[in-house]
Amino acid sequence: MSFKTRLASLASYDKGSIELNDDLKHYAFSNIFEVCSKSRPYERVMVASNLEYAAEAVRAEGTSPWYTAPHDEFAIVMDGEIEFTFFQLTEAEKPVHKAGAGRLSADPKGKRMGRVVARRGHQVLLPKGAAYQLKAAKPSVTLIQTSAGPESVEKWSEICVLK
Amino acid sequence: MNAVRIEKVQVIASEPDPVLGYRKFTFGSFSFERDAYFVHIRWPKGMHTIEVDRFLRAMVRDIGWGFFYGWIFFDDVFGTQNHYGTVDIFAGTYSKGHRDTKVDFLETFNTADVRDAFETISVNWINEGYDPLRAPMETGSPLGAKTREAKGPLIRGFEPARRMMGLPGDVAPRSDASGHPINRAFADVTYDKPVIEPEPGFEGQIHAFNLYDHIARADITWNPSFTSITGACICCVTSEEHMLPVIHGNDRNEWFIQLSDEIHWNIQDKNTGNPRGRIVMKSGDVCAMPADIRHQGFAPKRSMLMVLENGTPGLQEKYAKGELEPFPITAQRW
Repeated sequence: MSFKTRLASLASYDKGSIELNDDLKHYAFSNIFEVCSKSRPYERVMVASNLEYAAEAVRAEGTSPWYTAPHDEFAIVMDGEIEFTFFQLTEAEKPVHKAGAGRLSADPKGKRMGRVVARRGHQVLLPKGAAYQLKAAKPSVTLIQTSAGPESVEKWSEICVLK
Repeated sequence: MNAVRIEKVQVIASEPDPVLGYRKFTFGSFSFERDAYFVHIRWPKGMHTIEVDRFLRAMVRDIGWGFFYGWIFFDDVFGTQNHYGTVDIFAGTYSKGHRDTKVDFLETFNTADVRDAFETISVNWINEGYDPLRAPMETGSPLGAKTREAKGPLIRGFEPARRMMGLPGDVAPRSDASGHPINRAFADVTYDKPVIEPEPGFEGQIHAFNLYDHIARADITWNPSFTSITGACICCVTSEEHMLPVIHGNDRNEWFIQLSDEIHWNIQDKNTGNPRGRIVMKSGDVCAMPADIRHQGFAPKRSMLMVLENGTPGLQEKYAKGELEPFPITAQRW
């Protein structure tokens, strides 16, 4: 018996379906690749939200701003290849916001911590205490496990199946 | 509702059945007896029968999940509810017919006592060659008389990462070395490693691993592993094939993210069990599972699923009291 695993991508995705005798807003059904096919580069679109916690779908294309969060975040690359570069935050750069990703106003001034190059299926630590930047030569997709923060974008009516 | 609280109780085993060889067990006011095909559950005024494969698949997961969040329905009649310190075992409590005829029954036990009881029953009823954590096509049959009790751990695969899987001192991902080859159903996928280049002095602080490789090597189904934690937000990944052998009624909202292939979910009202419809999730789909439903999944091909849970202690009470809406995206956010 042979198997064919289906892993969708920006170039090829096939959204499922939701058929319920209920308010579909309660289920907030969306597709990460569809969301990223319509997103601006590095727009951090919330696709899951559980009180203060969130998952953000991000279209990686070109070079991102520098981000930092007051807690660990985790990125799963779901399509393409993304380079993550990390710098240690200086005391002055430590985030003042309470949760989620915020943007640094300038390039980080601390020590370079290193880099990770990740492709489909790789999960990457975006550690507390670091600034990070994403680079992608071609449009790629990542899902970031985080909290809602200053960079989070909510547009549920646009991304979810409502009928 | 007929409900009783038992402070401390141990499971009592009978002598082995002279024909089939299995023991019968009494726990509180419930008794559990199996034959070649079925498990028969009895309680004051009532009795219920569940096919033995379904029962054992549900019971070992209920133990392994630590009774999970909320309700675990073995079927529409029998199951458990987690109160995080105590566990209800119920029969007919969420079935209108049982309630109307007043044969429903619920008993509350200390969690450790339920775990001991369920482990004792499972060990006696699981024969060598049958592994209820594996997909049906990857294991033997539970039917028939007792042979030899299965060796090895009854439950496995649930050791949670503390920060992130693969970090120094944390839980390691599955590998050939750990005895987990790539499953047959994911053998067509290419798995590579991320490039990790820490600067001197930052070794162990820059980290990544192949999450899909870890999932593809699971020798168990419908049994999540925690891979990364943000505060109380837990990322669980699982390998799903055939059917979820329980119906889960959550006491909080959770989110499903379909990483590969597809899963079909039947959705029911949590309190009545009445069908609300179905959801088909395909690769890249994201869907909330609200706190007022039951859900059961069916995976035609082994697939990769990610679940985001909110493990904040006491959250279940806020949902139960109506302090939080039973769905995650409230009206003003649309």
